[in-house]
Amino acid sequence: MVGVLAVLSLALLSIYFRESSDGPLHGAQDVGATAMRPFQVGTERVARPFRDLYGWFDGLLTAKDENEKLREENARLRLEAIQNQTAAQENLDLKQQLDYQDLPGLEEYRSVNTRVLGDPSQFGRKLLIAAGSSNGIRMNAPVLSAGALVGEITELSPDTAVVTLLTDESSAVAAYSIRTGALGLIQSGEGGSLAFANVTKDKDVARGDLVATAGSSVPRLPSLFPRGIPIGIVTSASQTDTEPFKQIQLVSNVDLSNLRAVTVLVR
Amino acid sequence: MSFDVLKTFALVFAAVVLQSAIVSSIDIAGGTPDLVLVTLVAVSLLRGAIWGAAVGFIAGLLIDTANLGRLGETSLLLTVAGYWIGRYGETTGRDRTHAPVLSVAVVTILYSVGALALHVVLGDPVDAGTVLVGALIPGVLLNLLLTFPVYALVRRVLGRPEWATQEVRLLG
Repeated sequence: MVGVLAVLSLALLSIYFRESSDGPLHGAQDVGATAMRPFQVGTERVARPFRDLYGWFDGLLTAKDENEKLREENARLRLEAIQNQTAAQENLDLKQQLDYQDLPGLEEYRSVNTRVLGDPSQFGRKLLIAAGSSNGIRMNAPVLSAGALVGEITELSPDTAVVTLLTDESSAVAAYSIRTGALGLIQSGEGGSLAFANVTKDKDVARGDLVATAGSSVPRLPSLFPRGIPIGIVTSASQTDTEPFKQIQLVSNVDLSNLRAVTVLVR
Repeated sequence: MSFDVLKTFALVFAAVVLQSAIVSSIDIAGGTPDLVLVTLVAVSLLRGAIWGAAVGFIAGLLIDTANLGRLGETSLLLTVAGYWIGRYGETTGRDRTHAPVLSVAVVTILYSVGALALHVVLGDPVDAGTVLVGALIPGVLLNLLLTFPVYALVRRVLGRPEWATQEVRLLG
């Protein structure tokens, strides 16, 4: 009996591993997930007040420190916002004057905001979200939280989807430093951190640089993500004589281990 | 017997729904409780190895379905876990009050190691340090906290183990 169940599990795993995403087991799984969805939604709704209450108390404990930091940050950001608005307007005017042809921008995408249901991977590298293909979400769609890139869609059912976070080792996103334009790849680093890899030593990247998605204009390999989605801030940048690339550590703009809601960009 | 099957399925289904909708998003000190594993421990201790394996298989399928995981992955781990706990409950752990607590602690560790090994075999990128050092101890503690209410609930729903009632009859 036990042997039969273990062999059956292995057989399921083997078939599931080999078949394409529109194979019979994936189809059966989609039907099952759709059938379970109302129960999950109902449970989540019942639990929401308790979760909100916990969040309220948790927020209260850290509110004082956070308030002080946010005031300082607010003053700095207000100044930056004015500078950015001016620069953006200048940029727009110059583009119009030059008839500048650009990659698809964020304005060509619409947002699907959804709740995070949990972590199906048990390793904190994936998220199950409460929206799927019936909401217009497609495979490899970029996923954001608080305006920053957090991952991409890697599994899809009609009502749910799995997001692979940037901290997953299978994730790699083309990115650039906004200050200097240095190109590289965002990959998972040590202990769940992020690394800005493949940046050659002749490029200028320094602590505090903002890094955003690079996009791609190569027709054979069109970019999965639009250009300019913020990813994070460089926390350290160094280089050695022996390594061909710089060693750059990055911190995400959001806490990837504690995401409760995300935004999926769909075209 | 068939009523027992229905009650067990209802318990496991409820545990899977709660786990996928609420519990899996709880993160305390880096650990996440596993309600399904604790429920499986309770059912296996009360109903034995064969039930444990069957319930583990079903629970695994439900989890992989709800989470859009690879079908068979969690089933394999929970089938083995359910069988092992069931055997322990039928033999050494029989009538021992500490059996649920000990089983949950040991199975949580073995399950994490097993899941890690399976992911490595399947070629997934895994961070052994985070799983075995950062998340394991909080995970064990959180599962132990769940053990008392879950075991009490499962025991109330399923009743005492069959061998316990048989022994009462013999003595009476």
